[in-house]
Amino acid sequence: MYPTTLKYTKDHEWVKLDDAEAAVGITDFAQGQLGDVVFVELPEVGRQVKQGEMFGTIESVKAVSELFAPISGQVTAVNPELGVHPEQINAKPHDAWMIKIKPSMPAEADALLDADAYATLIK
Amino acid sequence: MVDYGGWDMPVEYSGITDEHMAVRTRPGLCDVSHMGEIELAGPDALQTIQRLTCNDASRLAIGQIQYSALTTPDGTFVDDILVYRLADEHYMLVVNATTTPKDYAWLSSHAAEQGGDVSLVNASARYALIALQGPAAAEILSGLTTVDLSAIKYYWFATGEVASVRATISRTGYTGEDGFEIFVQPAQADRVWQALLEAGASHDIKPCGLGARDTLRLEAGMRLYGNDMDETVTVVEAGLGWIVGWQKPEFLGAERLRAQKAAGAARKLVAFEMLERAIARHGHAVMEQDAVVGQVTSGTQTPFLRKAIGLANVPIALSPIGSELDIDIRGRRAKARVVPEPFYKRPRPA
Repeated sequence: MYPTTLKYTKDHEWVKLDDAEAAVGITDFAQGQLGDVVFVELPEVGRQVKQGEMFGTIESVKAVSELFAPISGQVTAVNPELGVHPEQINAKPHDAWMIKIKPSMPAEADALLDADAYATLIK
Repeated sequence: MVDYGGWDMPVEYSGITDEHMAVRTRPGLCDVSHMGEIELAGPDALQTIQRLTCNDASRLAIGQIQYSALTTPDGTFVDDILVYRLADEHYMLVVNATTTPKDYAWLSSHAAEQGGDVSLVNASARYALIALQGPAAAEILSGLTTVDLSAIKYYWFATGEVASVRATISRTGYTGEDGFEIFVQPAQADRVWQALLEAGASHDIKPCGLGARDTLRLEAGMRLYGNDMDETVTVVEAGLGWIVGWQKPEFLGAERLRAQKAAGAARKLVAFEMLERAIARHGHAVMEQDAVVGQVTSGTQTPFLRKAIGLANVPIALSPIGSELDIDIRGRRAKARVVPEPFYKRPRPA
């Protein structure tokens, strides 16, 4: 269910770490709790975010939730497709990345959960 | 599942959008047994209802239903209700779940004050209520009952059997769609629920939770007690002047409502559509520069119309159609426009 290629946070986000960038999205569990996503508000490219800081909001028909940066760094990209098709987050949550961050403190990633730990968390 | 007035209720089954679309295009099935039922019987039952509700219940024939409100002496809402005339001197009020105890106490104390010959019963535990809503509702239900559904007009009811269970079949709903609300004994509710799901399977019927019920009613411009109006909002301010029996003799709150009708109210509940990609929700402030001048009472993204819509309580100056509203959504301002109600009106059969 939860890909081992991703890292996870207690706030139900996933992080895909590449050499230079970290893509961020929300987990299948999170999209299931939210229900039909209708709107995502994301930061501007270039913004500096700190680990744990709110970087945007995600709204479903029934509720609005805040998105928290899983690691510190600069926002290098924002997924343009989600503005038009936010429902992709429900359809394929682990592919629908929201932002990419260039980490400023790569060591922060060590504290993220692996797939097993995350699966245990949501049990 | 969420706690709703002491009832464990599902917010959604297959998803709010899926359920909402089922009701708009096929059928949806909603367990609304949480609604309260209060019965009044006796020679003075009508007089009691006339005195405590704002609509004119003397116009009801046996088998007919009316949307109305229990009003305070200030013309505000104790609750919004449906009045059923069950028999000559026997009426049933269908009231909101969370307000049932308050309504019953209110009715009892005022009936006692009047001293008429009327008996009151909180009959809520005697009824389960299942709402079958959607364009195919009549077709599905007709296979489970011998009652001639075509003879039941909108806001009328009939008694008979559904799936061999004694039932009151009411052509009402809270979705803006054609459909029925079916009252049965709680012990037999599951049987009727299952029978309706089976009969509706060929129409891809969907069970619907509170979430879809809320988006459906809002799209249809229907008010939700506790969100859109309460004991601080008058019937006229809520935009429900059409449920006031202006011709009938005195009732609680009549004086204030008549004054507001004559002189105009200072505030009004209006329907709005967002002009930007943002969703205004219950509790968000309507602003004029830095001053809070109103409040969003309901708001969502509607699955069928695919727009962000809502209702807001605003000063009368901001209420005309086309007025622009400035709404504070978590610290960011977003523009909305006042639009005519309802947002959604079902297509009439040609």
